[in-house]
Amino acid sequence: MFPVPGVGGRGMNGRTVLTAEDVRRAVGRIAHEIVERNRNLDDVVLVGMRTRGVPLASRLAAAIQEFESAQGRVPVGALDIGLYRDDIPAMELRPQIRPTELPTDIHGKRVVLVDDVLCTGRSIRAALDALIDFGRPASIQLAVLVDRGHRELPIRPDYVGKNIPTASNEDVQVLLEETDGRDEVVVIPALSEVEGQVEGER
Amino acid sequence: MSEEPTVAGGAIAALEVQPAWERRHVLDLDDFTRPEIEIVMETTDAMKEVLGREVPRVPALRGKTIVTLFYEASTRTRASFELAAKALGADVINVAASDSSVQKGESLYDTVRTLQAVGAQILVIRHGSSGAPYLVARRVEMNVVNGGDGWHAHPTQGLLDLYTMRSHLGDLRGKRVVIIGDIAHSRVARSNLWGLATLGAEIVVCAPPTLLPYGMRPDGSPPEEPLALPPVIVETDLDRALEGADVVMALRLQLERMASGLLPSLREYARLYQVNEERLARARPGALVMHPGPMNEGVEISSAVARSLQSAIEEQVTNGVAVRMAVLYLLARGKP
Repeated sequence: MFPVPGVGGRGMNGRTVLTAEDVRRAVGRIAHEIVERNRNLDDVVLVGMRTRGVPLASRLAAAIQEFESAQGRVPVGALDIGLYRDDIPAMELRPQIRPTELPTDIHGKRVVLVDDVLCTGRSIRAALDALIDFGRPASIQLAVLVDRGHRELPIRPDYVGKNIPTASNEDVQVLLEETDGRDEVVVIPALSEVEGQVEGER
Repeated sequence: MSEEPTVAGGAIAALEVQPAWERRHVLDLDDFTRPEIEIVMETTDAMKEVLGREVPRVPALRGKTIVTLFYEASTRTRASFELAAKALGADVINVAASDSSVQKGESLYDTVRTLQAVGAQILVIRHGSSGAPYLVARRVEMNVVNGGDGWHAHPTQGLLDLYTMRSHLGDLRGKRVVIIGDIAHSRVARSNLWGLATLGAEIVVCAPPTLLPYGMRPDGSPPEEPLALPPVIVETDLDRALEGADVVMALRLQLERMASGLLPSLREYARLYQVNEERLARARPGALVMHPGPMNEGVEISSAVARSLQSAIEEQVTNGVAVRMAVLYLLARGKP
């Protein structure tokens, strides 16, 4: 029997592209790069995009604190872009939106936006609009665990955990301990291929 | 499929299979499921965050046109819908029947067809006749929100009351909610009854027998015909009703009820059914006091109680805008 994706839960039937150890290293490396580029961490704020950008931002903050033990923890916020998106009806029947929680006034701060997967760039466009509604940051940088290509907007990440070239009909899913029970990044094959296999087994 | 799905973090997996929002209209709460109410409540949380911002405005419904069509006087409901629509970036057209072509004899159907033709996507309608929004919803492409129809339903008021109760009490299962006053003529009470029943609250209605809905018996005996309302505890004695209450909701007493002979006098009503400090002492300490407004202070509720720390009356108004944002957003973003 070949289970159909979506039936078995997130990440099932995918090809593993990052193991838990890979994810750990990637987060550590991005944390180092953030420290390097932002010598003075006093006015840095990490803002995770819901859902999985939030635990990633927390991990980055923890890693930064570990390297720079003299300094306090970099503040972490959670951004919901649901009310800024231009693509909901096509994507999901249930638009799930939650409050945005920023730990501090972002005016004049250097904001590092954190997301799990960067693809078309449309979510990031929405996130920039959402952030700027809260104030005028000195700068906004972008950190993503996975960049899978297929950009439709002129958006470029500042920190990338791993570049994973994919076909546009494939899906990249990031699983995190905090939300999914384990750390792993998988590429889910195109749905049509899977259907073909299910068909073949009948 | 023989394979048992192995999913770590069952709670999250459960979240992802929650049913979708497929509702095109919000006409009453009698057909709302618990998950649908949960979706509205959760979305309202996000809308409250937006309303708390320095500039409470998001572009979620930019380019959409929302029409409020009110055949009855209203300040708070109409203003609340207008604020909600504007906070979501929608364009709003307010039509009051008193200064529209309705005065020239245009029918309800022609009026809403015209509003649709000028490009409205969502219609918020208040009408004196029970059922009018249903009639409209069947015959237009727009999403229809009932802003109050006759004695029948006021679903967004029901939702904002549920939201207010939940934000203070959490899960409403088993919570004792007492609704006092003119239940018979109250669309607010009816929508609350349905919502509270779906969320599993213990509902008590308290009113003089003349202000109970037809068929609802004060002695607890079953009605002759099936009642088109969920099961409730009926009390005519306010002190007994308030015993152990978690929520005390007083309804507006419409003064025209006196004229129609349902009540002997305002003074007698106030003496027997006014929520005051002395009576409130029978409820649970810190019980939530609510009123859908506008209040007749000194009639159904004493000024002291209305302004006490237990009163959530102002909060109801604030939550009203957030709940209506949630409803408009969900309708506009739902399946076309």
